[in-house]
Amino acid sequence: MPDIAVLIKRVPDTNAQIRASGDRVDLSSVKWVMSPYDEYALEAAMMHKEAKGGNVTAITLGAPECDKVLKDAKAIGVDRIIRVWGDSWSDLDSNQTQIALASAVRETSAEIVYCGKSAADTGAASTGPGVAERLGWASASNIIGLGFEDSGIEVIIPAASGNARTGVSLPAVISCDKGFCKPRKPNVKGIMMAKKAQVEIHAADIPASGINIVSHTPPPQKAPGQTFDGAANVPTVVTALRNDANVI
Amino acid sequence: MSETIVIAETKQGMLHPVTAELVTAASSLGAAPTLIVPGTDDSAAAAAADLAGVGRVIACVGDCFSAYDASSWAKAVDACAPAGIVVCAASQNGKDLASRLAARRSISVAQDVVAIDGTTLTQPIYAGKAMQNITLNGDAVISIRANTFAAAGGGGGAEVSVMNQSADIATAVREMIAKASERLDVAEADIIISGGRGMQDPANFVTLERIADTLGAAVGASRAAVDTWDEIPHSMQVGQTGKTVNPSLYIAVGISGAIQHLAGMRTSKYIVAINKDAEAPIFKHADYGIVSTWEEALPILESELKALLG
Ligand SMILES: Cc1cc2nc3c(=O)[nH]c(=O)nc-3n(C[C@H](O)[C@H](O)[C@H](O)COP(=O)(O)OP(=O)(O)OC[C@H]3O[C@@H](n4cnc5c(N)ncnc54)[C@H](O)[C@@H]3O)c2cc1C
Repeated sequence: MPDIAVLIKRVPDTNAQIRASGDRVDLSSVKWVMSPYDEYALEAAMMHKEAKGGNVTAITLGAPECDKVLKDAKAIGVDRIIRVWGDSWSDLDSNQTQIALASAVRETSAEIVYCGKSAADTGAASTGPGVAERLGWASASNIIGLGFEDSGIEVIIPAASGNARTGVSLPAVISCDKGFCKPRKPNVKGIMMAKKAQVEIHAADIPASGINIVSHTPPPQKAPGQTFDGAANVPTVVTALRNDANVI
Repeated sequence: MSETIVIAETKQGMLHPVTAELVTAASSLGAAPTLIVPGTDDSAAAAAADLAGVGRVIACVGDCFSAYDASSWAKAVDACAPAGIVVCAASQNGKDLASRLAARRSISVAQDVVAIDGTTLTQPIYAGKAMQNITLNGDAVISIRANTFAAAGGGGGAEVSVMNQSADIATAVREMIAKASERLDVAEADIIISGGRGMQDPANFVTLERIADTLGAAVGASRAAVDTWDEIPHSMQVGQTGKTVNPSLYIAVGISGAIQHLAGMRTSKYIVAINKDAEAPIFKHADYGIVSTWEEALPILESELKALLG
């Protein structure tokens, strides 16, 4: 009955307007949510517990305002909630992030870690495989199917030539795409329990960052396009794609 | 200048064309790159050696490369690659390998790099709503988005050496479930035509497929289309919770242009939008917008393209 961990991250809502002000993005008025793919990871962890037993620990990395996503996970039904942070930390790079998260995973007795395939802010998809490497564990990423077996799990991973039905023995880190589950909603009892739940704080030793963030800038603006009224203009557009854009 | 290493992208044992773009990106960061070609044999090494600007080629040969397995691939590639700045493709497996490799070396990984200017690398953040400009403190692994760097030409003559690796796989493919269709994947395509909820019925996607066949394009979809119709699989979804694509031409049909859809395709070189609503947000991002129903526009588009391309 292996214990289970799930990594979750607080990110701006995907609808949020993001603007660079000065040389950094201004996040002061965005709405914050659990990163969408992490909801699938959380559901996978709960499904794993229901199928095989074991305690579920939700882990996040961030400042105190990140407690909210842990409480959201608690309301869904996880057993423990851990926040990894050091007061002097800011702008952690992948190396620092993964070292800190792997250290928190070691704190639990988890043999399986679920996470989202990428976070909605960086879109990097680095954390799952990176944490797995630090722990010396197997990893499978971008899964779109999940089944539980006696001594491991079976996952489905999209590949160029089809979908790979793949056996994974534990310990392992699994990054989740959408498609294999519908994340459950918290019930009233869960929400009440979450209010009282205690967030465990975990500190870790991390090295210096390998990356300097020089600036955040707006995306390159394209020249304004042309809009034509009516289907009769389709030939004009085809000609432009051929002769001006050279793409067909 | 740092040593640079390119991990070749392969597809069914052959060199994937994006590898030539990785060579250009790596060359802008340091001396002529070492190109590592993973495979079950060294058959892709000759094509790699032909790429102009490559310093040397190392065929990293091992049984583990018969299917993607993150931990054995990282171990085998790590053993073949010298220290330095490692460049991978920002594909599904390329990013995964980049991350494991960086973690193995206790260095940072920077994913989805779309521009290199001197020592400054640029990567999109917040689904492309902003760009992050970074510099590296020492060695790192970076992944490069396809279609952002010019491809290195041919005619190179780099020396090839073979390094045999054995690494135990940690995940075992039990069965390949064939795709429902043999259509080109949106992540692989240079031209994409996507349909949204405005297509009204999944059966109407056949029109998109016929146009795609004429163009050699892939067919994509919005999330509304994927969520509404079982016939449209998630693998076709473009956007924040689907695939990020960077084709030369993206044609959006009956798609409103929600911010999460734009997140997956806004960097396309040319965007064409067909939508009956002149106020649809997609028109703000389109190079060529056509205000029309698809019922009226697509037959003309199809016959024009057939006349042009045969
Ligand atoms: C966390 C999160 C993640 C998301 N991820 C994604 C994602 O990855 N990808 C994605 O696409 N969306 C995503 N969405 C959903 C997104 O917000 C939109 O709901 C979705 O993109 C809308 O799809 P659509 O444009 O096909 O449908 P609609 O918004 O319903 O637009 C349909 C369009 O079709 C036009 N139309 C109707 N009939 C015709 C006709 N006969 N001819 C021509 N035009 C016609 C209409 O004018 C309209 O503009 C996400 C949302 C959230 C909250």
